[in-house]
Amino acid sequence: MHASGMGGIRTAGDLVARMQMSKKMRLNEAKEYVAGKLKVSVSDLADEVIMNEVRQDLDIATVYGGMGEQSRGIEAKFRIAKLLDLEINSVSRFLRKTGWR
Amino acid sequence: MIVTRMGDGSFVTMSEEEVKADVQEGVEDAVKRGKIEPLSADEIDYLVDICCRPQKFVSVQHGNELILTYDSGTLKITRLGIPIGMPQIMQIYERAFAADTLELAYVHYSFKPIKMIVPEEQYAVAETSLVTTAPLFYGAMPNLPLYTQPDGPCPNAAELLPAGKIAEARAAQEEAVRYAVKDMVFVGSGVYEAGADGIDFDTTAAAGDAEFQATLLACEQLRAKYPAMAIEIGMAGEFVLGFHGQLEYDGVRLAGLYPHQQVKLAEKAGASIFGAVVNTNSSRSFPWNLGRAVTFCKACVEAANIPVHANVGMGVGAVPLVMTPPIDCVSRASTAMAEVGKLDGL
Repeated sequence: MHASGMGGIRTAGDLVARMQMSKKMRLNEAKEYVAGKLKVSVSDLADEVIMNEVRQDLDIATVYGGMGEQSRGIEAKFRIAKLLDLEINSVSRFLRKTGWR
Repeated sequence: MIVTRMGDGSFVTMSEEEVKADVQEGVEDAVKRGKIEPLSADEIDYLVDICCRPQKFVSVQHGNELILTYDSGTLKITRLGIPIGMPQIMQIYERAFAADTLELAYVHYSFKPIKMIVPEEQYAVAETSLVTTAPLFYGAMPNLPLYTQPDGPCPNAAELLPAGKIAEARAAQEEAVRYAVKDMVFVGSGVYEAGADGIDFDTTAAAGDAEFQATLLACEQLRAKYPAMAIEIGMAGEFVLGFHGQLEYDGVRLAGLYPHQQVKLAEKAGASIFGAVVNTNSSRSFPWNLGRAVTFCKACVEAANIPVHANVGMGVGAVPLVMTPPIDCVSRASTAMAEVGKLDGL
């Protein structure tokens, strides 16, 4: 994450990145969209302490697995797709391959 | 006195006035070459402040963080001689490096060799997509020269041009474009259908205008085929070289385009993210390179309607041209790109 990165799943960096990648949103628009969906302020998005709690509450994966209780990987992406109202390619593929869609 | 570096990584000591003069000169160079707006006096002062801070590592203010994408992500570990698989490297990026995005990449980081091993790469993509949460790119270089003899099927333009065979050299490049587009669409389709969120065309236009045209055409075809696919076009240099000289995309001549013009074509082709590149001049100072790189990138951001991620690494984005980029320069360049350049990502 170096000098300027958001911090990935340690914060909300992966979620903001998804809005850039999927919807071509500029940085501020993507941050505002994600903050709205998560019901936090934009300034909270890159805070490790707040976002760790928010991600645990929403069960959308953090860097700590925690005794296997947390959703991770594709499990978390199912929740993220719903949370951000977004189609995630690997989630759609999972649904097709498991016969759920 | 301020301790900073030259573009080759060596230390240099300058007064604050000399730092400011170099930043201004870098800005002026970008303005002159790109015919773009200069940075404001306040922005130049802020760059000088970033250069002159005594700390080894500097960073953005809270709230100014941006998104990081990683060209050839998995290779950064492979190159260190650490023998672990690609899905595990991606897990390390996600959970240890706190990466915003992930990028899978094969050691022969070009589309032409990868087309031979697409099924194996699809395994890696599919496995990785199950065990990671962050968005996943698959990346490779268009690398047009691989399509030229003796490595590829097309006559070699680099041999034809010095012989004065201009028409033949152009025809050879046009033939290579057709092969490259086919391979990029084939590989891009394969990894997307395996579960990747998108594709990253890295070091686009390294071979000039023909390679830029090939990438734009491949992007256009992939966008038509997969409307939801993330497509990043990352450039190789600040200026599209005119090895062909006459090629166009959407009526625009490709040779000679700078980042603020390149991004408009990337948008038309359907790209989701544009990776702007400004090359580092190794014989000028870091302040000079920083002023120049931020001026070019800021103009690109202002012209763009899609996110712009500046390339900040060895030899680009004001970072010295060395194998081990010094953190004092990398952190300063990152901070300047975020806070003055207003980039969407790096």
